[in-house]
Amino acid sequence: MGRTLTEKVLGRKAGKDVRAGEVVSVSPDYVLSHDNSAAIIKEFRKLGVGRVRAPEKIVIVLDHIVPAADEKYAQNHKSIREFVAEQGIPNFFDINAGVCHQVLPEQGFALPGLVIVGSDSHTPSYGALGAFAAGIGRTETACVWATGEIWLRVPETMRIDLGGRFRAGVFAKDLSLKLIGDRGAEMANYKAVEFAGPAAGELDIGSRLTLANMSAEMGAKNGYFAPDEKAFEWLEGRARRPFAAVASDPDASYESVLACDLDTLEPQVACPHTVDNVKPVAAVAGKPVHQVLIGTCTNGRLEDLEAAARILRGRKVHPSVRVLVVPASWQVYREALASGALAALVEAGCVILNSGCGPCLGAHEGLLAAGEVCVSTSNRNFRGRMGHRDSEIYLVSPATAAATAATGKLTDPREFS
Amino acid sequence: MSRGAVWKYGDDVNTDVIFPGRYTYQIMAPEEMARHALEDLDPAFAKGVKPGDVVVAGKNFGCGSSREQAAACLKAAGVQAVVAKSFARIYFRNAINLGLAVLQSEEAAGALDTGDAVDLDLARGEIRSAKGTFRFLPLPASVLGIIEAGGLIEYTKKRLEREQE
Ligand code: SF4
Repeated sequence: MGRTLTEKVLGRKAGKDVRAGEVVSVSPDYVLSHDNSAAIIKEFRKLGVGRVRAPEKIVIVLDHIVPAADEKYAQNHKSIREFVAEQGIPNFFDINAGVCHQVLPEQGFALPGLVIVGSDSHTPSYGALGAFAAGIGRTETACVWATGEIWLRVPETMRIDLGGRFRAGVFAKDLSLKLIGDRGAEMANYKAVEFAGPAAGELDIGSRLTLANMSAEMGAKNGYFAPDEKAFEWLEGRARRPFAAVASDPDASYESVLACDLDTLEPQVACPHTVDNVKPVAAVAGKPVHQVLIGTCTNGRLEDLEAAARILRGRKVHPSVRVLVVPASWQVYREALASGALAALVEAGCVILNSGCGPCLGAHEGLLAAGEVCVSTSNRNFRGRMGHRDSEIYLVSPATAAATAATGKLTDPREFS
Repeated sequence: MSRGAVWKYGDDVNTDVIFPGRYTYQIMAPEEMARHALEDLDPAFAKGVKPGDVVVAGKNFGCGSSREQAAACLKAAGVQAVVAKSFARIYFRNAINLGLAVLQSEEAAGALDTGDAVDLDLARGEIRSAKGTFRFLPLPASVLGIIEAGGLIEYTKKRLEREQE
């Protein structure tokens, strides 16, 4: 019987033929951490070793609260910079880089066939380019720094066959929300999710990153697309090292296979306070909104800012809403400056923030007051995540967010096409 | 190899019934954690459990929150392994990293019942009982090492000390 992409990637690393259910010990190609590196450093010190095993495999991106919002965060950043210098960690990105899950693909760390672990739950994003990428805890991260190794259980794989085409106004974000809404936030607990089928190959890398990112909200350990010509093209000039193509065998064994038709998909919204509380936007349209957030590791890429700019160009943000735009990285920031998307958004009345997580995790830059409603392109709408526990978060695509910005009420973007 | 008795439960045993949320923000000694293990599911467990016993359950054992005490309290109670049809992802990792063996076996989880005596051989990947011998995928040496050391931090520390000698 054949093997899935995940079995192949982990097997290659473990140096043997492995199957779902087995536990393997592997040496990851990269281990990611962000502002939480300060806490990881404390764990690392407990291990009683002076030096990290392989500084070149550590990637640290400051992104959660950048620039530092208060003294405590400033101290964290300082201790991380000192550690980076002390250990000679070459892959360090300071406050002018962007969200880690955008920076790693852009900077050519996320490559087909690599094993990447990260102390952040949306690490599966790198599966968009065919890597095995999974989130781990802080203690584990410290141990990987020290030993260069980690144990992983090889997950069973759920395959989602995509067919058809998105209609106007419908995007990868809507697809991810629909899948989670129909099957629940536990739909892929501990599994690998393989996005396949004829429509998967049609999706651009930005859409793949959105879906792989949202696989974390399905409970998945990793989510991925088999790397194809589109992926190789995108990686040209970015890849930091050579890599080989990898894909599941045609006779690989899947835990389950489900089919999804893009033709019939409508814009979706995840209503408070869980990601699986999903409805068509049309069913909730008209809900008054106080803040709109366009950005984050889910939907802050150039394509996303341009989808928003297409709707807001020549219009004004409705006076009853505040609109925050956070380009996912400085590279996206510069590209959106050059393309004119940022100018259109600024002219419309949006506030542009430094690339990073911004208000996504409710630490700074635009928190919500009691009773306020935020429409966001991020990936989590848990109670209190972006501010007061009695505020509400609705998750949508960038187009729906922009349409909402224009009207001040939750709005179906197809009204603007 | 070691011997123990089975405590059997059903599907979807969540972290709230394994270790109640009302205690999660209290810092507790292991012995005290052990006294609250499975408190809301089976009050008899904490009183009757003996070192070496095995918890057997259905699918999705340990679903719910990521609290590590849900693994730590069973280990503190002397449980040598949890055998289940399947585990929730975070529970599985937490358990191993805290030194509690977690074994996946549909057949064993289906066949074994409360009170059954079992012999567990982690290295060979076997559970033996009067009802038969059940196999699970053996844990690799590195993971067995973590469990034997009592958790990931201790394991890593020892390993690094050995390397430096
Ligand atoms: S943008 Fe939000 S979801 Fe993404 S890494 Fe930052 S805080 Fe997490």
